Amino acid sequence: MAQTKTKRKAGEPADAFEQFGVSPELALELLREMLLYRRFEEKAEEGYAIGKIGGFCHLHIGQEGVAAGSIKPLRTEDYVISAYREHTQALAKGVKPGSVMAELYGRATGASGGKGGSMHIFDRDVRFMGGHGIVGGQVPLATGIAWKIKYREEDLVVVCYMGDAAVNQGGFHEALNMAAVWELPAIYVVENNHYGMGTAFRRVSLTDMIEKASPYGIPATSVNGQDVLATYAHFRDLAEAVRNGGGPRFVDVETYRFRGHSMSDPVSGTYRPKDEVDQKTHEEDPIVMLRERLFDGGHLDQAGLEAMDTEAREAAREAADFADASPPPGPEALYANVWAEINPHGRLNFDGRGESPWR
Amino acid sequence: MAVMTYREALNAALREEMERDPDVFLMGEEVAEYDGAYKVSKGLLAQFGSRRVVDSPISELGFTGLCVGASMAGLRPVVEFMTFNFAFLAIDQVINSAAKMLYMSDGQFPMPIVFRGPTGAALQLSAQHSIACETYYLHSPGVKVVTPATPADAKGLLKASIRDDDPVAFMEGELLYNFKGEVPDDEDFVIPLGVADLKREGSDVSIITHGKMVHVAMQAAAKLEKAGIGADVLDLRTLRPLDVDAILASVRKTNRAVYVEEGWSYVGVGAQIVATIQEESFDDLDAPVLRVTQADIPMPYAKNLEIMAKPNADRVVEACNKVLYRR
Repeated sequence: MAQTKTKRKAGEPADAFEQFGVSPELALELLREMLLYRRFEEKAEEGYAIGKIGGFCHLHIGQEGVAAGSIKPLRTEDYVISAYREHTQALAKGVKPGSVMAELYGRATGASGGKGGSMHIFDRDVRFMGGHGIVGGQVPLATGIAWKIKYREEDLVVVCYMGDAAVNQGGFHEALNMAAVWELPAIYVVENNHYGMGTAFRRVSLTDMIEKASPYGIPATSVNGQDVLATYAHFRDLAEAVRNGGGPRFVDVETYRFRGHSMSDPVSGTYRPKDEVDQKTHEEDPIVMLRERLFDGGHLDQAGLEAMDTEAREAAREAADFADASPPPGPEALYANVWAEINPHGRLNFDGRGESPWR
Repeated sequence: MAVMTYREALNAALREEMERDPDVFLMGEEVAEYDGAYKVSKGLLAQFGSRRVVDSPISELGFTGLCVGASMAGLRPVVEFMTFNFAFLAIDQVINSAAKMLYMSDGQFPMPIVFRGPTGAALQLSAQHSIACETYYLHSPGVKVVTPATPADAKGLLKASIRDDDPVAFMEGELLYNFKGEVPDDEDFVIPLGVADLKREGSDVSIITHGKMVHVAMQAAAKLEKAGIGADVLDLRTLRPLDVDAILASVRKTNRAVYVEEGWSYVGVGAQIVATIQEESFDDLDAPVLRVTQADIPMPYAKNLEIMAKPNADRVVEACNKVLYRR
């Protein structure tokens, strides 16, 4: 992360902690978590570079404030569902770093037993509901989870993340319409990093993000996701309203992706100017922004920061070591869990494996 | 035993399973206040209320995905498609979400959900309402495909499908809804998935089929009997899981087989059955296996063309004669 000091914006109160109702202790906890997410993703980047991680790998670097700020106010029983840039959301919801990293490595100890990979991290125990690879596909699913909450009259919410590109999918509109009609307890969160892969949002939408839910009568708000304190306060209030029967909400969280779309895409790419990337990286790093506030308020010093960072690096390294030491799924895993019972259809047709069928 | 229509049998299965399990709910277009586009859900709104019998907007992708999500979270949804022809809009959620969830989560999320509605042609509904959709679902591991031909099977298999922990594409037929038959009253009358039904026995040729075509096959077998030819008619009832043993037992007895299906031949259900027979029972065959299917065209509207496009008993008889090397 950049070492440049972020200037306090004009008009900002001296004490943002007070403004957002976040104690310095909680702010330190948010910083600790964001540092873990950053170091974890850097470790994943490294794992990809040395061939330990394959397939597609979408990093969340730059967007840590969204995961930390929006998931921290939730209860363990609340549900979170996401798309394929979901490593840090999984961590935020309570999936163990080793479990996430082992999934990226394709190991049996991974959150999804090595069968899902980077895009399909699941952990039922902490109600992390994936990890979905079709843009917008998770939005109807989230709506169904909200349906179950209401059906069973539970005191819970579901938070559904999507990228800005997802709002142009039909399923998004169908799902939001139903959530509104049936007053379901869902919070739809657009992590608006302004690019759907390499396509700038303004090139594929004449209307602004904040307007996307208004045809369905869903209240929409916007928050700066690089400001984790603002994001935390925003979601704390929203979750409370939705939990108390307020119906669905739509949130445009402004953020920025500091890396390429996936590991095969260079940092700035051909579709966004290098100046823009540099400016965002240097001036709107969520970790730097919070760090400076903590420094300014006297809640953290350089030594304290370094201790936290060392801890984060250590946790990321431990996760990678755990993944690396874990075995890949055994051959018995190949046909396991296709159906809820033992799958008898290894024998459906000869597929080039085993004895000839006419034996 | 009671005599009832296929429609009433489905209705009874839904009612009994909703009474049995409070997590079962029905969602789809016109299922509630209209009492069902084909009246399969007649009276269910009155009995169970709008929490459990839910009219959806015309948003196939959306309400299908919603029900998949509800299943993921622990409910047991029954999704009604007015016809599977409309479910092409929803198939992403069936294949990419429902069928794969258990596997890609390594067993964490069982997916009890039934997608049901009519498949195939009715009468003069033309190209966009007449597709037999089985093969689209069969291709994907993780989905079970059930195709009841009779009222008893409709009830017993729907109850089994609702109790199953996997996604089931349960495919009915518009032309079957008024078909009458005897149905057991027992509320635990459940037909296990994956068990074929030998409807009629003969030793000369095996007519293997599923769904609505069972009745065409039975007509063909009656015609063949008059010509002194005995045909097995094997109703597969479920296409996944597939009762391979029943298929092979029949083929090993008759040494000749014809597959009859309502859909297209190209990569159709019959293609799979033929592959299975030739792999596992090649030496038992005395003739190539033939298929009787819909003509390889979108369904035409004109009555005469539609009749020409559909499989019928005479065409099945002709195919049987060919595999018997009879003129």
